[in-house]
Amino acid sequence: MRLSLLSQLNAERAARRAAVLVTDTVSGEQRLVREPELEGDVLAEELRERLRQGRSGLVERDGRQFFLTVQAPPIRVVVVGAVHISQALAPMARGLDLDVTIVDPRTAFATLERFPDVRVLAEWPDAVLPELRIDRYTAVVALTHDPKIDDPALAAALRSECFYVGALGSRKTHERRVQRLSAAGFTEADIGRIHAPIGLDIGAVSPAEIAVSILAEIVATLRQERRRAA
Amino acid sequence: MLTTDTDILKTAESWKREGRGVAIATVVETWGSAPRPVGSHLVIDGDTNFLGSVSGGCVEGAVITEALDVIADGKPRMLEFGVADETAWQVGLSCGGRIRIYVERVD
Repeated sequence: MRLSLLSQLNAERAARRAAVLVTDTVSGEQRLVREPELEGDVLAEELRERLRQGRSGLVERDGRQFFLTVQAPPIRVVVVGAVHISQALAPMARGLDLDVTIVDPRTAFATLERFPDVRVLAEWPDAVLPELRIDRYTAVVALTHDPKIDDPALAAALRSECFYVGALGSRKTHERRVQRLSAAGFTEADIGRIHAPIGLDIGAVSPAEIAVSILAEIVATLRQERRRAA
Repeated sequence: MLTTDTDILKTAESWKREGRGVAIATVVETWGSAPRPVGSHLVIDGDTNFLGSVSGGCVEGAVITEALDVIADGKPRMLEFGVADETAWQVGLSCGGRIRIYVERVD
């Protein structure tokens, strides 16, 4: 692989843009196809399908074999609420190669002391979420318990293509949330995208256990097609 | 700290920029139960430093040895590993799977 190609591949990943590296497995010939360039490529159909699935693999074309290295943008988790659960969740998420951003307008919570090595934005979700460009490689998690902060975040998430939305709170809390979001014009199908109560049911008690259940649910959603009991 | 695909390919780039010989090994095909999915990378330098994995540790040693040849002559290679058999030099996967690994030099 040419260094310039490797460098472009890394740049695409850093910019959160999908790309496919096409390698002729016999000659070693290579090219990088970025998402906007897909249509003009001879392997357009295969590339599109592979990108959709996010899966690398071999394809045959005209007696030649190509390996497609599919590079989807890194999965990102936007956590609304710089709370105790988020403090437990941030380092675990890093171990899973999830890119975490914490959003909380309460400056007493959103501090670097509480969240070393994490991107922390002390802003209102409705102000900052559009700038974060919530895409289909992003999960949004609302953890403040405060409708003033959680609701605008959930509204932004439901208007986006994000692959996961979760909200902390009991069933009762969620019922009231459903009423508010319905009143705001969201359909039943929209609201049905929200995982609530958040997290896989592992009987979590402590903040760290709740963080495990949330991350497990995010991974389970991400790997839906591979699950045995899907 | 666990390494991720992001770290692995960034490391390949920075090692090369430091002037080291670098090869990238990629899992291109798997059959049966294989420990690492297609697309997994292992990055190797000329001093056998490495990052990432292409199996659960079963064949990394053999891949690193081949990678040194790739770094030396620049010719990409396709390696195949299967269930450990009688051939003394062949390294196998104890899980019973088979994998194909493409090894290329960064130029």
